Amino acid sequence: MPAEPRPPALLAVDGLVAGWSRPVVGPVSLALSAGEVVGLWGANGSGKSTLLATIAGLARCFAGQVRRASGVQVAVQPQAPVRFTPLPVTGRELLAIAGADAGSGHSASDLPDSLQRLLPQRLDRVSGGQHQLLSVWAALSGRSRLVLLDEPTNNLDPAHTAVLVEILAARAADRAVLLVSHEWDFLAAHCTRVLELVSEPNRDQGLPELIAVDNFANGPLDTH
Amino acid sequence: MDLSILTDPIFRLPLLVGLLLACVLPLLGAVLMLRGEWLAALGFAHLAAAGALLALAMGLPALSGGLAAAAGGAFAKGAGRVSGNMAYGFMILGGWASLLLIAANSAHGEMLGNALVQGQLYFAGPVDLAGAVLLALTSAIALPWLMPRLLRARLLPHHEAANRLPAWRWHLGFDLLVAGGMAVATASMGLMAAFALVLVPAWIAFRTAIGWRRTLAWSSLIGLLAYLTAFTAALLLDQPFGPSVVMVLLLCASGSLALTTRRKGSGQGHAD
Repeated sequence: MPAEPRPPALLAVDGLVAGWSRPVVGPVSLALSAGEVVGLWGANGSGKSTLLATIAGLARCFAGQVRRASGVQVAVQPQAPVRFTPLPVTGRELLAIAGADAGSGHSASDLPDSLQRLLPQRLDRVSGGQHQLLSVWAALSGRSRLVLLDEPTNNLDPAHTAVLVEILAARAADRAVLLVSHEWDFLAAHCTRVLELVSEPNRDQGLPELIAVDNFANGPLDTH
Repeated sequence: MDLSILTDPIFRLPLLVGLLLACVLPLLGAVLMLRGEWLAALGFAHLAAAGALLALAMGLPALSGGLAAAAGGAFAKGAGRVSGNMAYGFMILGGWASLLLIAANSAHGEMLGNALVQGQLYFAGPVDLAGAVLLALTSAIALPWLMPRLLRARLLPHHEAANRLPAWRWHLGFDLLVAGGMAVATASMGLMAAFALVLVPAWIAFRTAIGWRRTLAWSSLIGLLAYLTAFTAALLLDQPFGPSVVMVLLLCASGSLALTTRRKGSGQGHAD
């Protein structure tokens, strides 16, 4: 039986060498299609967040290219959500600002109960984990079909991590998600694919590049 | 105390100018507070005051010089891609030095400079009214377009770069609106009164309101009430308007602070 044709890529990264003031990761090639939740895993300092930032257009592309499907909007969730005090903006307003339209019946009814009660609250009066979850929901429920999440499990206790999993399952079907995390178990359990950034010592530059990890049951390849 | 002074036709036009400004300036203040750039009001006000004095020295309307100087500051900030309060710190220094130097080297400059700093709302004329009406209309048209973009820029700071949006349009647009507002307000009610109407109502609303729309509504309402109180008190007690409105706003801020501190102490939530 022939394999189902892969849907067109929303994001294609080809030979990308990325960094801020100097190259720190690459060359990296990958492609993401709608419905995929791709995990990006690697040791501390391997360049996961830098790679994500470059795909988001925030860091510098030294070589290669990042292509998005025409008209695809991108949502970016940084490691630490932006928090200001005082900030009289409510959770509902944050979702509206992100285009998630929590006021409409559809999105509001989808919202997990634990987030529903945050909607009328000021953002400076919710916890870091609650703010993180609202931000992830906003990223996944807006108009953006390409969603970049950097360490979304940061600040989350097990209960909040369960809500994050619920959000990912409910909202990721019609969009592509690239998710950076240092938590292997989380990636293995909830991503459709996991890519690992590894350094090959015999290469000239010695920069981390991507390899695919598909043996979820046995954990990541033994490269670290 | 002669209450008939309140209905004197001579004060109707200044009252109207002040009402428009007291409604609009707190809205601009709320957005500036959101952006962490509340010092902008003082920066643009200093530039506007210096520009207004220069215009007067050249025989031109004060408002024209104030608008030109404040708008120049907004363009310079945009061109330099500077954000935060640092740019406004330099504007304050540049405006203050220019104001005093122009005052020292022009006829009646010192007197006019003092008038700009202290505020002379009761002498506001048709040009001030035209400026205030134009500011109110421009704000009514521009703010509904600017507001969601500025909120998104602050709360989702990577969105603009990630989607290659022409963010300079709304950032410069808002800077120009603030520059224009401060130029009009400085020329008609004085530098510190204008700054206080931008800063204090928004500060109170940020501490107490739940929700952005309510923050805007509270800001304007506090600005209007404080203005009307100060306008009336200054007329009845024969006091200068600028310091009067600043004092009333400071009393409002103190009251708000005491109220929220007491509520926190008694374990109640914030007012809204």
